[in-house]
Amino acid sequence: MIEFHLDSRSGVSAYLQLVQQVRRALRLGLLDEGDQLPTVKDVARQLAINPNTVLKAYRDLERDGLVAPRPGVGTFVTRTLTDNTLAAHGPLRTDLQRWLSKARRAGLDDESIEALFMTTFRAASEEDIA
Amino acid sequence: MTTALRTHELGKRYGRSRHWALKDCTLELPAGRVVGLVGPNGAGKSTLLGLAAGMLVPTAGRIEVLDEGPSSGAEHQARVGYVSQDAPTYRGMSVADHLRIGSHLNPRWDDALVRDRIDRLGIDLRRRTGSLSGGQRAQIALTMAIGKRPELLILDEPVAALDPLARREFMQDLMEAVAEQDLTVVLSSHLVSDLERACDYVVVLVDSEVRVAGDLDDLLASHRRMTGARRPSDAGPAGHHVVTASHTDRQSTLIVRTGGPAVDPSWDVTPLGLEDLVLAYLRGDASYERPRPTVEVIR
Repeated sequence: MIEFHLDSRSGVSAYLQLVQQVRRALRLGLLDEGDQLPTVKDVARQLAINPNTVLKAYRDLERDGLVAPRPGVGTFVTRTLTDNTLAAHGPLRTDLQRWLSKARRAGLDDESIEALFMTTFRAASEEDIA
Repeated sequence: MTTALRTHELGKRYGRSRHWALKDCTLELPAGRVVGLVGPNGAGKSTLLGLAAGMLVPTAGRIEVLDEGPSSGAEHQARVGYVSQDAPTYRGMSVADHLRIGSHLNPRWDDALVRDRIDRLGIDLRRRTGSLSGGQRAQIALTMAIGKRPELLILDEPVAALDPLARREFMQDLMEAVAEQDLTVVLSSHLVSDLERACDYVVVLVDSEVRVAGDLDDLLASHRRMTGARRPSDAGPAGHHVVTASHTDRQSTLIVRTGGPAVDPSWDVTPLGLEDLVLAYLRGDASYERPRPTVEVIR
């Protein structure tokens, strides 16, 4: 069983935080196929949040084929998200470090680097959606 | 039943007072939701809740609670739970006495549920409620209201007098009850932070009038803060409804209700949290539905 936490200052909606925490637990292997998620009632109580928020998160995970409800029993994991991209992390990090030194040589400070990265990242994600 | 509370041009004046504690209140609150009623002190929140609970008689307009008039007999009263602002209990009587009264007066009283809750709260049934802490008394009042198994639970500033821990415990208990029962909750607060996680529907009441009401997610999705170079007027981009506007010599900041995707790239557009959204309506002179002729400065 996992336990949820909410960060009220993150700007991310509560329901999305729940979704992200389940996905992360699936990726890290904290949750396995057949494992049960905390019941809606338990999460509502523990976090003092609206049960509909929890339902919304669980429905989202269900739509992605990660969990399935068993009526009267609870919600269970149906698929894991074990990460098979780990092997690629090393080379990507080296590339990124190279890019970072290049950016510094060009005179960018931390803030400009972060802003440049975030705007490029957002623009790229928006293109993906479009 | 899909509507828990419906009002039409509802108004209330107390005694011979000329002052409307609530006026022209037209609202429709969906059933099965947790509705947060927000507004500054004196906005009319308690009056609206008192009318909904059948404790007050309207001076003008109509009100329907659970598809009936508010005071249509004891059977109807059994469907509505109401806890007023000071979480009243009979201070000289024990918790057990309260439960006895509750079970006698309420046809649908759930004694097992009530005892289980009080057990978990760790409150001795023999104690007089006058000797309990404010938080414990609020919990007893909530437990009594939930114990009658209402369809609509009305809570007037339930956590205002509680410390942060008691506040949290109260909201935990309330959310658990919502998960367990088929229940519509209307609770008021002058603090948005009390409501942010608990509510999925929000009503902002200012100066006896409803400024905005709607599904929380819809409201958050349809409101944006726009900042950009100083504009000559308060008018926003076409199709956007300006809630508030402020200007410096260089910059204009607007809180808008969007009528679609923002098209003008000269504005920097960011989402709003519930607190900022509510504050905009508390400050702003524009209502959700129609423009207001007067500007009121509140707090």
